[in-house]
Amino acid sequence: MTSAANTSGANTSVVLPASVDAMLELLTSRGYLAERSLATVTYLSLRMGRPLFLEGEAGVGKTEIAKVLSAALGRKLIRLQCYEGLDVSSAVYEWNSAAQMIAIRMAEAAGDTDREQLSSDIFADRYMIKRPLLQALEPDVAGPPVLLIDELDRADEAFEAYLLEILSDFQVTIPEFGTVKAPHPPIVIITSNRTREIHDALKRRCLYHWVDYPAAERELAIVKTRVPGISAKLSQQVVRFVQALRNQDFYKSPGVAETIDWATALSELDARSLTPQVVGDTLGALLKYQDDITRMQGDTLQKVLKEATSEN
Amino acid sequence: MAINHLAPEQTEQFADNIVGFARALRAASMPVGPGAVIDAMSALQVIDIGNRADVFTTLEAIFVKRHEHALIFKQAFNLFFRASEEWKHMLDSVPLPEQAKKKPQAGARRVQEAMSQPRMTETPQHQEQDLRLSVSDKEILQKKDFAQMSAAEITEALRAIERMHLPQAELLTRRHRPDPRGLRLDLRRTLRASLRTGGDIIDIHRLGRIEKPAPIVALLDISGSMSEYTRLFLHFLHAIGDARKRVSVFLFGTRLTNVTRALRQRDPDEALASCSASVEDWAGGTRISASLHNFNKLWARRVLSQGAIVLLISDGLEREADSRLAFEMDRLHRSCRRLIWLNPLLRFGGFEAKAQGIKMMLPHVDEFRPVHNLSSIQELITTLSRPLPPHHRSLIRSVA
Repeated sequence: MTSAANTSGANTSVVLPASVDAMLELLTSRGYLAERSLATVTYLSLRMGRPLFLEGEAGVGKTEIAKVLSAALGRKLIRLQCYEGLDVSSAVYEWNSAAQMIAIRMAEAAGDTDREQLSSDIFADRYMIKRPLLQALEPDVAGPPVLLIDELDRADEAFEAYLLEILSDFQVTIPEFGTVKAPHPPIVIITSNRTREIHDALKRRCLYHWVDYPAAERELAIVKTRVPGISAKLSQQVVRFVQALRNQDFYKSPGVAETIDWATALSELDARSLTPQVVGDTLGALLKYQDDITRMQGDTLQKVLKEATSEN
Repeated sequence: MAINHLAPEQTEQFADNIVGFARALRAASMPVGPGAVIDAMSALQVIDIGNRADVFTTLEAIFVKRHEHALIFKQAFNLFFRASEEWKHMLDSVPLPEQAKKKPQAGARRVQEAMSQPRMTETPQHQEQDLRLSVSDKEILQKKDFAQMSAAEITEALRAIERMHLPQAELLTRRHRPDPRGLRLDLRRTLRASLRTGGDIIDIHRLGRIEKPAPIVALLDISGSMSEYTRLFLHFLHAIGDARKRVSVFLFGTRLTNVTRALRQRDPDEALASCSASVEDWAGGTRISASLHNFNKLWARRVLSQGAIVLLISDGLEREADSRLAFEMDRLHRSCRRLIWLNPLLRFGGFEAKAQGIKMMLPHVDEFRPVHNLSSIQELITTLSRPLPPHHRSLIRSVA
């Protein structure tokens, strides 16, 4: 299970990075400025063939890394968005019952009455609708795909338990069909926003990493990469402002995604620097709770703004 | 392939190091299994172990499975890998868990109580008499305030609580199961059944939605003024946690503690003991507002998102009652399905909400109930088993 199976055999279009530094470079080349620790666990997950479990506040770039990874490695990205009630028929496979029914009628019309034959005919591959998890187990010319299981905390416990088999053996069992096993395990990235705790049994099968808000310096670099037209002064003020906001006691602190949104908004409005007026008008790009916005009026806003725009 | 940075003689030393480190983590109450140690070994084969930061991240990704443990891990790592010579010495001085805990065993009190039962040798006549008395005793027990019970009566009450059976208040999930009266057609099973008759559909199989009990989140006040009740309530919460899976319990006095895991142990005494071990502010002051704030900020989104019912068990005697308290109550109210405030002070017939804190909190609850004796707990259970209202009105109430 921990063999580096995905480095050999498969017809990979991009060679997997051979060190943490190479991983960091690969991500940077695609515009993802990762902390070294994130690059380390990503590298490890590729080398050890283990799923990577990323937890952290919303908007810190958990989902993004899967997208970047698939693009950088030239692999297919298969995304499973979780929700309450997600079940086998929408996550793994479903039988195309309408087509099966027609096949039965056709067989009847043709006078075919061999029951054994009929049942093996209609539970064949072509009547199966493959959902993300089954797709991820299939061989791909570009190499094993990147499987993103997004926001696992939104699915219920029953689905989580189902994942255990897939994640440890990379196989699923279909009663009418048999067991489907991946020739090369996919690269699995699981994200969670912690709206509920994920069971330890699942986490144990993964490498776990908590994705934190980036430090000011890195966030500045991210803003510059993602919002190319922004002036140096404004981008610096934006990052300082957001970093100061995260120190405040808000119900929901802004993530990196919000920083990028806000910087883009300010850039679109041709703002040169932060003023109370322009911040007040665009605060909704950063804070998503009315209570938090209300708290930002008046003195707090002045204080944070002063902190962000002071020259040093 | 895997580049082995480790010379053979180093490997053994390194393996010892990792095993020792895992042991230290375990002693620091982190769940580290032998599988993780093997993982750590193989992971360290593929990274440059000369880079301390990378080794840190690697071991963290393997040993830490909960964000809360990250801090413990960091400290342990810094201590353990401080200098190459010192680790062995460190290892010897790390207290093993069983040595560290020299507390009396949890079940000890029950055993002690059982051994010191007085009427073990009494004659049959006496027993008959006692029996008759105990029937009326039971009636009294039902109505008796927990705060006024003797030790023996409390034991009796605890037993009664353990016997209480919580019917499941059902919540419709989005999951389905075979149900002959269900509304959805189960095409897959219908088709498979039809194959048995050569393709003729005789039986239509149906699916119905699975019902699940709504999760319960209890916030229990453990301040000094509540001390006579806390143990019984913990027993109650342990008992209902046994019956339904999703019960989260938080204790608060001056700070908020999540004791859900501690309370999940099967034996009630064991569970209560580990519960009190994790709380630092037992029977101290109350800071309801601050505790609710912490709950709303750190936990609400994690435990309330599945349509939970919140039981707030507190007397509402808050010194710092200001608008913050009302604000936090409102937030809590808006993030759960149903907020039930259980207040032992309601036992007094002419109770009036005079205390400032209670006045602040009262507008934001769906139900305000007494809990001070067995019959009121029984009533609470009946309430919890009633079908839930689809959603309470306050969800659409705008924030003023």
